[in-house]
Amino acid sequence: MPNNKITGAEALMRSLENEGVTTLFGYPGGAIMPSYDALYDHRSTLNHILVRHEQGAVHAAQGYARVSGKVGCAIVTSGPGAMNTVTGVADAMIDSTPLVVICGQVGAAFLGTDAFQEVDVIGVTQPITKWNFQIRRAEDVAWAVSRAFYIAKSGRPGPVVLDFTKNAQTSLVDYEPKRVDFIRSYLPVPQMDENAIKAAAKMINHSERPFMLVGQGVELGDARTELRELIEKANIPVGCTMLGLSALPSDHPLNKGMLGMHGNLGPNVLTNQCDLLIAVGMRFDDRVTGNINTYARQAKVIHFEIDPSEVNKNVHADLAVLGDCKQTLAAVTKHVQPADNSLWISRFTPYEQQEKEKVIEPAIHPKEGPLLMGEVVRRVSELTQNKAILVTDVGQNQLFGCRYFKFTEGRSVLTSGGCGTMGFGLPAAIGATFGAPERTVCLFVGDGGLQMTIQEFGTIMEQHTPVKIILLNNIYLGNVRQWQYLFFRKRYSFTPMLNPDYEKIAEGYGIPARTIVERAELDSAIDEMLHTDGPFLLQCAVMEEDNVLPMTPPGANVDEMMLEIN
Amino acid sequence: MTRYSNKGGHCGACETCGKCDARDISKCPESIIPYTIITYSENFAGILNQITAVFTRRQVNIESLNVCSSSTPGVHKYTITCFCTEETVQLITKQIEKKIDVLQARYYVSDQIYIQEVALFKLSTPRLLEQSDISLTIRQHSAKIVEVNETYSIVTLTGLPGDIDSLFASLESFDCVLQFVRSGAIAVTKNRRELLDEYLENLGIDH
Ligand SMILES: Cc1ncc(C[n+]2csc(CCOP(=O)(O)OP(=O)(O)O)c2C)c(N)n1
Ligand SMILES: [Mg+2]
Repeated sequence: MPNNKITGAEALMRSLENEGVTTLFGYPGGAIMPSYDALYDHRSTLNHILVRHEQGAVHAAQGYARVSGKVGCAIVTSGPGAMNTVTGVADAMIDSTPLVVICGQVGAAFLGTDAFQEVDVIGVTQPITKWNFQIRRAEDVAWAVSRAFYIAKSGRPGPVVLDFTKNAQTSLVDYEPKRVDFIRSYLPVPQMDENAIKAAAKMINHSERPFMLVGQGVELGDARTELRELIEKANIPVGCTMLGLSALPSDHPLNKGMLGMHGNLGPNVLTNQCDLLIAVGMRFDDRVTGNINTYARQAKVIHFEIDPSEVNKNVHADLAVLGDCKQTLAAVTKHVQPADNSLWISRFTPYEQQEKEKVIEPAIHPKEGPLLMGEVVRRVSELTQNKAILVTDVGQNQLFGCRYFKFTEGRSVLTSGGCGTMGFGLPAAIGATFGAPERTVCLFVGDGGLQMTIQEFGTIMEQHTPVKIILLNNIYLGNVRQWQYLFFRKRYSFTPMLNPDYEKIAEGYGIPARTIVERAELDSAIDEMLHTDGPFLLQCAVMEEDNVLPMTPPGANVDEMMLEIN
Repeated sequence: MTRYSNKGGHCGACETCGKCDARDISKCPESIIPYTIITYSENFAGILNQITAVFTRRQVNIESLNVCSSSTPGVHKYTITCFCTEETVQLITKQIEKKIDVLQARYYVSDQIYIQEVALFKLSTPRLLEQSDISLTIRQHSAKIVEVNETYSIVTLTGLPGDIDSLFASLESFDCVLQFVRSGAIAVTKNRRELLDEYLENLGIDH
């Protein structure tokens, strides 16, 4: 026997290094201990961040992945450890985030016997992963890890779960690095069809009122430049989905704002007036479309997509342009004619003015009354020169965050879109500081959601993670309260929050904190937060019963937005 | 295949849809008809589970399902029949094909494939002897009696699913059926091209 054999656990570490992993988020336990033991010798290359709960590990890996464009990596133990990752894995699946989650598992001989901390992780995660695999032999480690990273990052990205049995971690293997970059049953990027490109250009050239919907696909495809070239040449106004907000600078003249239930008025109303709807890397979520039966019926639809199963799923596409949007957008740009759509584009102006007067100004420049979420968000954005990464939790804090934060750079929005996972924000923000260490990371979080993953204050303390936490405390589960106000006759069933003293909690973790109630203090408090090295908790006592507006009520038509509540 | 647009007005052919311009109910995208989905995958554990989960999520019942190894080594073939609209079968097929280890998924209507199914009937021999119409029915359906003893007889029929339905209904009416089982439809395409082979060849992989 040659004595150059290594354990499966050591093979995992080398395979991770081989994939370029530098950071992983995790939490140890029985079934993953051999891997943690191997990790001990790789601490100089693999920076392991000990989180305080496995859900935090996955959300942190998501944050890391989304701001860096790399694959996020988490490592946890079997049974309860693996189950605690499920929410994050599901969140990454619907939001197309590349992740590799490695779970320990009982030894192969114990599988199926209800052994201690055995859960059928493959069965549980099958519907919420792009791929999952149980590694039962050390020989499979190199192949499985490489295949996992290839699948997670190629095509439409997504999460992969590797279920790593204990015997496979401890048994010995002749390790040889593997590189999987081809799977015969998997075509990550559909072949671009030149006819579709020409047809799309023709439709754009013939259109008098084109309107483009930009989704996260543009960021994932690294196609921000290609997007700009197309819209600037053909003069196409754009609306962005929540996850696509930073695909185009907020102040670009063709950026008409956010789509969806709490998006901007112009892009929503004019969706039902354009003659050509061009969707790029977005999936017509019901929070974007409202009533699907009346959605853009007057328009022809072009759908630029990397995932063929998205085409015709919710909205019928007259033309599908399959492929990587970096390529397809550039190809279409060659064939489009410069157009002057100024008359059409000017139709956004009255809606902008109306929204500005009725909704935006009162939200960001209130003259009196309690502090508002909108003004806090806008001031933080301004005082970071609109260059920071916006992280939100879920709820009103998220909607105000996404409405009033402004962006100049790509990959700057980190929010739980498809899943709407409360508790996402804090750990995702931690991950973001590792994925983009040179950037400022600002988290807006509610008093409800902060408590869902507040244990990650411990991770922040240990790592001295420079997360700027802006707690928008309205002592309510505000978003649910808003719906109760609107649709359940103001019966506030279990939405008022009895809150702890957050400053004291922060103090317990050594995180500097400040609470403000008065508008006059806002700028100096933000300034203090931004100029404090490392983490900071800025608690803002905001208006208790504020509502996010405008709003398309659930089931209403996309152009039926309420600007005020009467 | 029917092409349709969801922009058109009501076709008048049926009461519900308003989705197509086809004035022929058989071409209506909203009509619920039998589809056969033929899928090929790598021979890995757990893929059947992934495929059936697509139907569960879309709330479509699988009418019949057959899984076997295909003519290509290491490749499994799934023949699945279901009743749904064309829009639904398109979505289901794309979502199956999206699974990493699924090589190909295609859907067909009945005239695009050659379908057969096998059924076994275990009949009471005393009833069979009492009622001469039973053996007449068996012969009329071109079914075969393959075993007889004093307690029971076994009859097999290979045919279209409808033939099997019809024989079963007749035998049931004679109250002679002890057991009945059917294999689920299996099918080969009538296409002159072999789509899986083409797919694999285009990858430049010798299979
Ligand atoms: C894990 C989870 N549980 C429940 C919900 C439902 N939900 C959505 S928003 C919300 C209220 C959030 O309250 P808070 O965190 O205080 O934020 P606010 O809306 O007040 O800004 C709730 C309960 C959810 N999205 N996620
Ligand atoms: Mg709240």
